[in-house]
Amino acid sequence: MAKKVALTGNEAVALAMKQINPDVVAAYPITPQTDIVQYFSSFVADGQVDTEFVTVESEHSAMSATVGASAAGARAMTATSSQGLALMWEVLYIAAGSRLPIVMPMVNRALSAPINIHCDHSDSMGARDSGWIQIYSENAQEAYDNVLQAIRIAEHPDVQLPVMVCYDGFIISHGMETLEVMDDDPVKKFVGAYRPEHALLDVDHPYTMGPLALQDFYFESRRQMADAMEHSPKVILDVAKEYAKLSGREYSLFETYKLDDAEIAIVVLSSAAGTARPVIDDLRKKGIKAGMLKPRVFRPFPAAEMAKALSHVKVVGVLDRADSLAGHGGPLFNEVRSALYELPGKRPVVTGYIFGLGGRDFTPENVDGILADLKQTADTGKYANLVTYVGIRE
Amino acid sequence: MATEDNGKNKTTKVKSVARAIIDTGKKPGWKDIPRGSLILDAGNAELYQTGDWRSERPVWDAEKCIHCLFCWVYCPDGAIEVKDGKMVGIDYKHCKGCGICAHECPKRASALTMHKESEFEE
Ligand code: SF4
Ligand code: SF4
Repeated sequence: MAKKVALTGNEAVALAMKQINPDVVAAYPITPQTDIVQYFSSFVADGQVDTEFVTVESEHSAMSATVGASAAGARAMTATSSQGLALMWEVLYIAAGSRLPIVMPMVNRALSAPINIHCDHSDSMGARDSGWIQIYSENAQEAYDNVLQAIRIAEHPDVQLPVMVCYDGFIISHGMETLEVMDDDPVKKFVGAYRPEHALLDVDHPYTMGPLALQDFYFESRRQMADAMEHSPKVILDVAKEYAKLSGREYSLFETYKLDDAEIAIVVLSSAAGTARPVIDDLRKKGIKAGMLKPRVFRPFPAAEMAKALSHVKVVGVLDRADSLAGHGGPLFNEVRSALYELPGKRPVVTGYIFGLGGRDFTPENVDGILADLKQTADTGKYANLVTYVGIRE
Repeated sequence: MATEDNGKNKTTKVKSVARAIIDTGKKPGWKDIPRGSLILDAGNAELYQTGDWRSERPVWDAEKCIHCLFCWVYCPDGAIEVKDGKMVGIDYKHCKGCGICAHECPKRASALTMHKESEFEE
């Protein structure tokens, strides 16, 4: 039986981890991820999970220990944020390249300098080409649901890649919401037992892990990872279907909101989508055909599906909570725009908006301003700036 | 943490990349190599023919050899073949041509000499 509870995003994710009951968790606390580690360590101390909890001295060690445990044959998890992810960097690539199905909640926070503990997506966006699947969650409910599904996605034989489940620091990690959680048993049945094809502790079948692969094999290894990424959307959708039967909540590669007949639309990740929805409703009441596309899966990037969903829109505004600082828009903007280039005939006009860096408040008024901008472009065919910084002091 | 060999989630097509290279003379493509670059055949160093990249070759003169086995002791690749306590030849599949054997072979015997590989090309 499912039940409604009031939890913060981090509590919901810690609960998901408790229900998964992984063999090993190696984690280091970092704001705003800290309470995941705190709650989880109390589950360990109270004997509510069977997990071997490894307290490490840094995130580099956290990911290294998780990689070691996963290679040994364990279902292994960790969690991090921001600088922690940055410190994990080299091991992120080792986890993915070694095809270890690690699942990691990733609480989005800005990167230093200057030091900032609040939300933006610079941390996970930097890791977008590390070979990790990236799933973004709008709220605590989605974070909980995505962590459970991530286990099945990562471990699927057609995928076998690590997955990070991202959600917004403080806004979601520390904000309390009502959500529906499942009982332990159906979750246990849904995630199932982990049966790795190869495990270092399986001493009857010895093998070498992490070998040298130079000019003659490295390229093939990377191509194989790209192939796994290309195959993962089918698995992601299959797992979502099965999860929907269990939970009644449906997930896809992205969510659309009033997009079918939209003339103008925004594309935005995570909690900002929640801010935008009522603004879109207000505009609809005024007869303005506004809509939204909220990507859930950013890696692999569902380019073809997204292009199709946006093909009829006149003007698309892509909102990035991360800036590539290169003067040509954020990562989401660049990828959505590139995806739309494949469309035959007349393509939507696409402009970019950078918002909310370092936790800068993103308000309904901001959304309203962006949509007014898009409407003007739709009417005149012109835009003032390709990329606009929203809510910045000049 | 059970590992079950139920065959259900077998994904690797070529179990021994080294063996496949020897058998087919070709390196397998990206669809066939084990995931995560795992080396699944334990002890496959034997199949790695270090003789491939030899630029100089030691040549043994059986007549001059005094069977002191210095070459056998010093060869870093185990490429000196010995039978019944006697030097019998060189395993050119694994000899990488470092020349240590020739250097260690006692002057009074001088049974090993190094020659450019190009001298042996047809
Ligand atoms: S050349 Fe080097 S590798 Fe070859 S047999 Fe002599 S010592 Fe061994
Ligand atoms: S070192 Fe020279 S003499 Fe001694 S066994 Fe080897 S080839 Fe013969």
